[in-house]
Amino acid sequence: MTAFRMPSLGADMEDGTLVEWKIRPGEKVHRGDIVAVVETAKGAIEIEIFHDGVVAELLVAPGTKVPVGAVLARLDGAATTTPAAMREAVVVAAPVRPTPVLPQPPAAREAPARRRVTPAARQRTAALGIDLGGLRGTGVDGAICLADLPSPAAAPATRRGGFDPAAMRRAIAAAMGRSKREIPHYYLSQTVDMTGPLARIEALNRDRAPPDRLLPAALILHAVARAVAETPELNGFWEDGAFRQGDGVHVGWAVALRGGGLVAPAIRDADRLSPEALMAALRDIVARARGGGLRSSELTDATITVTSVGDRGAESVLPIIYPPQVAILGIGRIVERPWVVEGNVVPRRVAALTLAGDHRASDGHRGGLLLARIESKLQEAEVP
Amino acid sequence: MSGAIRMTYREACRQAIREAVLADPRVFLMGEDVGRYGGCYAVTKGLSAELGEDRILDTPLSESAFVGAGIGAAMAGMRPIVEVMTCNFSLLALDQILNNAATIPHMSGGQFAVPIVLRMATGAGRQLAAQHSHSLEGWFAHIPGLRILAPATVADARFMLAPALADPNPVLIFEHVMLYNMEGEIPAGLAGVDIAHAAVRRPGRDVTLVTYGGSLFKTLAAAEALAAEGIEAEVIDLRVLRPLDTAAIMASVARTRRVVIVDEGWRSGSLSAEIAMRIVEEAFFELDAPIRRVCSREVPIPYAAHLEQAALPQPEAIAAAARGLVRPA
Repeated sequence: MTAFRMPSLGADMEDGTLVEWKIRPGEKVHRGDIVAVVETAKGAIEIEIFHDGVVAELLVAPGTKVPVGAVLARLDGAATTTPAAMREAVVVAAPVRPTPVLPQPPAAREAPARRRVTPAARQRTAALGIDLGGLRGTGVDGAICLADLPSPAAAPATRRGGFDPAAMRRAIAAAMGRSKREIPHYYLSQTVDMTGPLARIEALNRDRAPPDRLLPAALILHAVARAVAETPELNGFWEDGAFRQGDGVHVGWAVALRGGGLVAPAIRDADRLSPEALMAALRDIVARARGGGLRSSELTDATITVTSVGDRGAESVLPIIYPPQVAILGIGRIVERPWVVEGNVVPRRVAALTLAGDHRASDGHRGGLLLARIESKLQEAEVP
Repeated sequence: MSGAIRMTYREACRQAIREAVLADPRVFLMGEDVGRYGGCYAVTKGLSAELGEDRILDTPLSESAFVGAGIGAAMAGMRPIVEVMTCNFSLLALDQILNNAATIPHMSGGQFAVPIVLRMATGAGRQLAAQHSHSLEGWFAHIPGLRILAPATVADARFMLAPALADPNPVLIFEHVMLYNMEGEIPAGLAGVDIAHAAVRRPGRDVTLVTYGGSLFKTLAAAEALAAEGIEAEVIDLRVLRPLDTAAIMASVARTRRVVIVDEGWRSGSLSAEIAMRIVEEAFFELDAPIRRVCSREVPIPYAAHLEQAALPQPEAIAAAARGLVRPA
C-alpha cells in the first residue's frame, strides 16, 4: 500500500481543497497521470501522481479541505518513485501539523448534521436563490459564510480555474514574508542594450500574424535559461542550511493574474528550448495560469524565477526570491535612452536586468557573472 | 496657534475638575482624601490649596453618607462632583445611587433633578487585590436613570466632565486605574466632547472589536498585531456605557460582520453580554460568524502579579479571538 498525499505546491501552501477525482477505485494509474484536481490559492491545479499502481481507496471526498501531507488515497502494488519535486513537497510539508484523515467506513456513516450557515450567508443565499447543497463551509465551525458564496454582483462563480484573490493574497504574503525574513538578498543590476536582439525579432516577425509573433520575452528567456545553465550556483534550492542544485533549468515565469495576485509556473528544461518553443511555452502557461489547468509539477519544479514587468511596467524591478529558490531575475521595461556607442551618444533601446540572490547560497561575484552571461547571449547574432 | 497638547490622563482629570470649579460657583468636589492628601490616585493634588477647602472637601470614610450628601446638594441646586475612591467601595453607596439618585427624578414626577457627577476608579492591574480591583461599571450600566461614562483617552478624561455636570441627571464616570499614568495628546483646537456617542478608534474591514476604558489600548495593540497578519480590525471605543450607542456598533457590524467584545468585567451577566444580545437583536442577519467575548476570568482579581495579568483580557487573547473568526482553522 502506498499513500497518495496532498502535495505541497509551494512554500506558501498550507492546505488544498479536493475538487474532483479523476480516478476510481480499482483503476490502474501510471506515474505522471493526472489523478485529481485540487483548488489552492493559485486556482484549480491538476495533480499528477508519482507512482504506478492500482487505486485501492479514495479517502477524501470532493469538496473537502485538507492540509498538505494528508493522505488522499491509497494505492496497491505501487512502485514508489519520489521525484525531486515530491521530496521538496515533503520538506515543505514537515512543519504543518499532521492531521490524520480517517477513512470513514461507508456503512457506518452518521446522519448528516444540520448544515451550519451564518445568518448573513443564509440571507444572501435566499436573496440569490442559491442552493446550499453544493457549497462547502469555510467559516467558524465549518459554517457556510459569505466567503463561500458568489458575490451578489458576480455571475455564478466557476470554481474550476477560478481562484480566491484573498486567499492568494494571503499565500503571497506568507511566502514573501518568509523570504524577506529568512533570505539575505543581494541585488545586482545591469542595463543591457536590446537594440540588436529587438531588430532581429522584428525582422523575423515582419511576415507573421500577431498570434505567431515572437515577443522579446521569449528571446530574453532564451538567453536567461542558457546563462543559468552555466551558473548552477544560482539554480536550485536552499534547504536545511545547504544549497541543493536543481536537476535542470526549470524557469518559473511570473504571471500576473487579472484581479490581482500572481503565479510563477515552471517551464521545464528551458535552456534546451528554442526561442520559438519558449514562446509557445510562455503563451501556454500564461493562458493556463489565468484560465486554470496548471499542473502540480509546474508549481513545484521551478529552480529559478524570472519576473518581467512587460511593456507597461517600471524601468526596473528589485524582485523578492520565492523560497526555497535562491535567485530571481527581474526584467524592466524596454526603454529608449541615449547610449554611448563607440564614443557617440546614440538612441538605443535598453532594458535593466536585475538579480536578487540568496547570499547564503551564492555571492555577488557569481550573480554578476550570470548577468554578464545573459547580456552576452542576448547579443549573439545567430539567435534566433 | 499651539499644536496638540500632551499630558497624562491624571493631569487631564485634574484640569477638568479645576476648570469646572472655577467656571461655576455651584460646583465642588468631595470625597475621601481628595483635599489635604490630593486624592488616592493624586488626581486632585494641589487643588484644595488653590481652590479652597470649601470647594475641595475631605469627607469621612462613609460612602453612603457623602454620596447621599452629594445627592442632597444636587437636589438643592448645587453641582457636586463626588469622588468614590474605587468602584469597589461604591457598593456601600449603592442604595444612594440606585434608590435615590437614579430614582428621585422619576418618583418626584420630574420636580427634582439630581445633577450629580460621581467619579470612581475602576479596574485591575496595580496589584491592589480583590477588594480594590474589580470592574463594576457594567452593574451600574444596568440602572435606568444613570448615564455611565468610561473615558479611555486623555481627551475624553479632559472634556467629559463638563457635559456630565451640565446633564440634569446623575452621571457616573469610571476612570480605569491603569490609565492615570498614561500620556496622550489632546488634538489642537479640541475644546469639548460629547457624552452620547461611541468612537471608531481604528477603522478596519475584517472584524469589529468593541471595547471601552482600560481595555481600549490592549485592544488597539491586538489590532496592530492583527494588521501585521493582514487582518484589519475596527476598534470601537464605547465611551458611553449607558445609554449605549448601539447605532455605532451596528454600523460597524454591518461593515465587518464579525464581532469580538472586550470587557474587563466578568463574563456572566456582563456589559459584554448585553452588547452581544443587542447585536443579535438588531444585526443578526449581518453576522457572518458567531460573536466572541474576551472578559476577565471569573475569579476575584488575584493579588499576585502573574495571576492578576492572567485573569485580565490581554492583547494576545483578543487577537486570537478575532483571528478565530476571520481565519477559522
